[in-house]
Amino acid sequence: MPSTCLEIDRVSKRYGEVVALREMTFEVRPGELFGFVGSNGAGKTTTMRIVLGVLAADSGEVRWNGAPVDFATRTRFGYMPEERGLYPKMKVLHQLAYLAELHGMSIQAAQRNAEFWIGKLGLRDRRQDTVQSLSLGNQQRVQLCAALVHEPEVLVLDEPFSGLDPVAVDVMSQVLRDKADEGVPVLFSSHQLDLVQRLCDRVGIVRSGQMVAAGTVAELRSGAAARLIVEAPDAPADWARGLAGVTVTERTAGRWTLELAPGTDEQRILHAALATGPVTEFSRHKPTLGELFRNVVTEGDAR
Amino acid sequence: MTRLVREGRRAVWLIARREIAMQLRSKGFAVSTGVIILVLAGYLLLHTTVLGTGARSTVGLTGQASAVAGQLRVAAEQLGHEVRTVQVPDADTGREQVADGELDVLVSGSPSTLRVLADSQLDESLRNVLNGLTRQQVLAAKLAEAGVEDPGATLGSVYTSQVRVDYLNPPDADLDQRLVVGLVLAVLLYMSVITYGMQVATGVVEEKSSRIVELLLATVRPWQLLLGKVAGIGTVGLCQLAIVGVVGLTLTSVTGVLTVSGVTAGALLWGLVWYLLGFFLYATVFAAAGSLVSRQEETQQVTGPMMAILVIGFVIGFNVLLQGATSSLAVGLSLVPLLSPIMMPARIAMGLAPAWQIAVAILGTLAMIALVTWLAGKIYGNAVLRTGSRVKLREALN
Ligand SMILES: Nc1ncnc2c1ncn2[C@@H]1O[C@H](COP(=O)(O)OP(=O)(O)OP(=O)(O)O)[C@@H](O)[C@H]1O
Ligand SMILES: [Mg+2]
Repeated sequence: MPSTCLEIDRVSKRYGEVVALREMTFEVRPGELFGFVGSNGAGKTTTMRIVLGVLAADSGEVRWNGAPVDFATRTRFGYMPEERGLYPKMKVLHQLAYLAELHGMSIQAAQRNAEFWIGKLGLRDRRQDTVQSLSLGNQQRVQLCAALVHEPEVLVLDEPFSGLDPVAVDVMSQVLRDKADEGVPVLFSSHQLDLVQRLCDRVGIVRSGQMVAAGTVAELRSGAAARLIVEAPDAPADWARGLAGVTVTERTAGRWTLELAPGTDEQRILHAALATGPVTEFSRHKPTLGELFRNVVTEGDAR
Repeated sequence: MTRLVREGRRAVWLIARREIAMQLRSKGFAVSTGVIILVLAGYLLLHTTVLGTGARSTVGLTGQASAVAGQLRVAAEQLGHEVRTVQVPDADTGREQVADGELDVLVSGSPSTLRVLADSQLDESLRNVLNGLTRQQVLAAKLAEAGVEDPGATLGSVYTSQVRVDYLNPPDADLDQRLVVGLVLAVLLYMSVITYGMQVATGVVEEKSSRIVELLLATVRPWQLLLGKVAGIGTVGLCQLAIVGVVGLTLTSVTGVLTVSGVTAGALLWGLVWYLLGFFLYATVFAAAGSLVSRQEETQQVTGPMMAILVIGFVIGFNVLLQGATSSLAVGLSLVPLLSPIMMPARIAMGLAPAWQIAVAILGTLAMIALVTWLAGKIYGNAVLRTGSRVKLREALN
């Protein structure tokens, strides 16, 4: 395990009877965008709060650069809490400069960085406005600035994309990508799975306080059962029934979605399909992150 | 380690600086300072007129009594009582004017049998003056009868002779003024502690309701946030008190209302010291109360009990001071840690607090501050991140 990454090691947390985290374990490597997904109440926010020290874990450890995270190292973390928070009556520029200073920057550097990020996120015209006078989306941009203004060496963002318009989503994605390219480990949670799939280097799926799958999107996909889409307009309804290792998952007017057990020969299926008449489509389908996610979640429910 | 301490202090300073900037930039500060100065000026003005009319009477004279007008004025002045005399055409008009309060008394009858009509009370020194006048008339007549050559000179020597008085404890001519300074100081301190304590509570709730507290506590510790806020707002309150004090001092010495500016300046300095003690005593409690709730509307509820203690303490303390600042009750109350910050500076201003009592009060208050801050810091640290419904005190304490 590389020592420069952010490691979450067997972190557990319970709220009375509710177990929020059960030995949550994963790591975010330097220069990596790590997408954190899971249903509501799965434990994403709890994990992030523990990483930032806003919440104490019952057991387990968070390490950065191989050493347990303490108060001094946390000032080098950038954080966007799930519940957005800024001083409503403070002006944007003043507020960001203040936050940068609190994280240990000199007053000049704080001012310079605040100006830089305000410009980068297109808030130049609003820099002397109070936060409460901004639209929700613009407040969110300020919130992102607040996470970035002190040049953090680790970024932890809780649902940074919620409530943003498509342009802002692109801006946000680009900023996160740039940060990761600078070598910063970036951990963020989101319910927009297509976005996570597009953006992230690695993804972790949480269920009931546990990490159930983590890896690159490709790895996760290859681990899942393969699917075939077959379009054979003249085929009878039961043409695939006799084929070993094949389950029909979906059927609409001459179009079948088949799930194959590992090791099933696709060519044999093609032969069987051709035997029924013309085949207009025969394609291998990789599950989307959304489908993987649903599988993982329903698997848990079935247990 | 030293680096950590330095960083810690820096964060407290940054937080305090923000509080100061935000407070001074708000309209509230300028407005409230202006209002306090106006009220203070109004009070002093009122006080001057009240003090002035205390030893002045308007006396109506009618009929033969008009002849004593000059003597009356001179005699009264010798006793330090200023009398204005008014000629009244007849007794009935005079009666009406006394009833209206236009005249304090109406004097009628002949000089040797003066009759005095007052509304419901007669000033004691005025009564003496008038009694003296009648006696003088009678005596003058008798002397003339007895054939004394110059009755005027004899009378003059009789009436200017006085006893010589020596005091074991000379009365303090400035005591009245000091009393005023002390009471004004008590009111100012009480108002400052309440106003700025409340600011601390609202500030804490603002950070909770806007949720920024989570962002802040990811980089500073709860005690730093608490201390910075209290120090910042306390400094603003101190500035306001100093401004009001200096303006008040200037005003009173320019208008000549108070002749004890030396005493007042000393009282003001002690006032600032006691403001700091009182503010730190109550501010952390206000912060702890604020940390229990997440919505501004609930602030009143949680600060209520403490406000009640402050208000009741102040009302009792103030009345005890008014009734007798030297009473053992006043001394006792001024040594009670929660009340010292309001009572002690008033007693110091009145010149009634011996050094040992001041020392005891300061030590007691400091000990109380330590205890309260420890408790309040604990509550604040436990409660400030729990947003949502009101946190129960019991939960916040363990
Ligand atoms: N303050 C709290 N008191 C009691 N239970 C809590 C508290 N905060 C979270 N929980 C519980 O902990 C579990 C994990 O919550 P968490 O907020 O981490 O979920 P999440 O993955 O962030 O969900 P979402 O996608 O809805 O944001 C949930 O069951 C939640 O009910
Ligand atoms: Mg969450």
